Amino acid sequence: MTILAHAAIAPAPEETPGRRAWRKFKANRAALAGLCIIVFFALLALAAPLLPILDPNATSWSVIRQPPSAAHWLGTDEIGRDLLSRLIWGSQASLAAGIVSVAIAVVIGVPIGLVSGYFGGWIDMLISRVTEAFLAMPFLITAIALAAFLGPSLSNAMIAIGLSAMPIFVRLTRGQVLAVKTEDYVEGARSIGLGNLMILKRYIAPNVFPPILVQATLTVATAIIAEASLSFLGLGQQPPDPSWGSMLNVAKNFMSQAPWMAIWPGAAIFLVVIGFNLVGDGLGDALDPREP
Amino acid sequence: MYTYVAKRLLIAIPTLLIISLFVFMLQKLLPGDPILAMAGEERDPVLIAQLREQYRLNDPVVYQYLYWLGDVLRGDLGTSLRTNQPVTELILQKLPVTIQLAVMAMIFAVLIGIPAGIVAAVRKNTLLDYLANLVALSGLSIPNFWLGIMLILLVSVYLGWLPASGYYPFFADPLRSLETMIMPAFVLSTPLAAMLMRHTRSSMLGVMRADYIRTARAKGLSERTVVMEHGLRNGLLPVITLSALLFGDLLAGAVLTEQVFTIPGFGKLIVDAVFNRDYAVVQGVVLCTAVAFILMNLIADILYVLLNPRMRATL
Repeated sequence: MTILAHAAIAPAPEETPGRRAWRKFKANRAALAGLCIIVFFALLALAAPLLPILDPNATSWSVIRQPPSAAHWLGTDEIGRDLLSRLIWGSQASLAAGIVSVAIAVVIGVPIGLVSGYFGGWIDMLISRVTEAFLAMPFLITAIALAAFLGPSLSNAMIAIGLSAMPIFVRLTRGQVLAVKTEDYVEGARSIGLGNLMILKRYIAPNVFPPILVQATLTVATAIIAEASLSFLGLGQQPPDPSWGSMLNVAKNFMSQAPWMAIWPGAAIFLVVIGFNLVGDGLGDALDPREP
Repeated sequence: MYTYVAKRLLIAIPTLLIISLFVFMLQKLLPGDPILAMAGEERDPVLIAQLREQYRLNDPVVYQYLYWLGDVLRGDLGTSLRTNQPVTELILQKLPVTIQLAVMAMIFAVLIGIPAGIVAAVRKNTLLDYLANLVALSGLSIPNFWLGIMLILLVSVYLGWLPASGYYPFFADPLRSLETMIMPAFVLSTPLAAMLMRHTRSSMLGVMRADYIRTARAKGLSERTVVMEHGLRNGLLPVITLSALLFGDLLAGAVLTEQVFTIPGFGKLIVDAVFNRDYAVVQGVVLCTAVAFILMNLIADILYVLLNPRMRATL
């Protein structure tokens, strides 16, 4: 009896939080499928210059609006450009926009949230009010307004999306810090005389990190749709460079003559976004300490 | 109750002020000097000076903001550079179109999302549940405007069942109006329906584990009564407030939907304004959506209190 009870409470071989999360993530087939989708498109985007595909901007008046064929697997667009090669090059714009804009949101939003939650007082009051105000504006409307006033280009679209997504990270980080701040181990660290910076770095940041990672992954999905939306409206990637959103913008005008122009870019966005959503949901489950 | 509403209204004031500051600062982001653009080719110094005076650009920025805010509070959002119409008038003209679209989308989302969520929760871990989750995931991941394009292709171009675009005011010709709006409203509703489904599901799963549900089952009520009478009443509470909150997202989603279906609403207004560099209109639309969003927030909070007897007692 004693031996059994002992065995039950004997600590399992030490498993770091990262390993534990990866073990749970690996067991989640949907999340793994999402990861495969992301890796596939990332490789496609990186390998675009190496692949034996046509120049995405080369026009050819002899093959205008051709349906899919052996020479042009996905068909051609209204000025004879190869859709497959535009789709592959366009993945660069979409993935870059998704990742860069979320990076902007995280790099600015997380430190602000840390300061706001950790120090409290009037600075927290001020930051919280501003964050609330920005959260009161629908994400896409803010992004459209910012992109409009900054001027239409892919990099401005990234900035606009990043800034619009930032308040979510400020609020999330702040809430997380508030939850951790009063824990005994933080009190303990303070009582042995550790400085604020050290406490933030060693005790608060690691606890804040997992929910931010989950949110960031899900926000990449939103940001990719936002970039496509802005490009669809003409506020993102400018012609002739391809992006999935701007391809759809053109395709909309040829719906009855060349429906294939509209099908592929949208399907690509759909797939990538599903990928990021699946991985985000999977990370959320894997990093949840309440579940084994 | 009234004090609660009053308190919530007061809290909204600083938020609104910050938003107004942001909207005002937007025009300072503009590259180049707008007055030079307005003055035209000749760049007549007299005209430029006159315009600067007219737009109060010689005053310090703080004064410019206060003047602008004063105008806004009096309902003057400026004049459209393109049509010379007051922005307020333009917005009021387009708003009913978008509200009709948003309300119809909300109805779709509730009719699809909530029953799907209930079924998924009751039939947890069955094929039906997985299917509902898969559809919800797709609804969240599909770019709205692309879904619109695909539906137009299928329903309008190939099947010829519904018109691909156009708009008829509801009160002038209700049937025709519904016919043109049904597809855009469905498209607009998809992410919302997906979110409602997910929240209904998790909320119902939480409620169905509660003690009073076990009690209800123990006294021999049919499963149907237990779910519909006991589960739903509590499970739907958070979902109702969520719906009010998501109404603001509908306004944003309408921008793209209106663009795809060429519906002359709010969203088309802001996009056209962006391309005509009609910045007063852009500012006006942003300000209006933010105000609408804050109002919906307030309504969500009040609904929550009204529907939740436990909260009512604390007031």
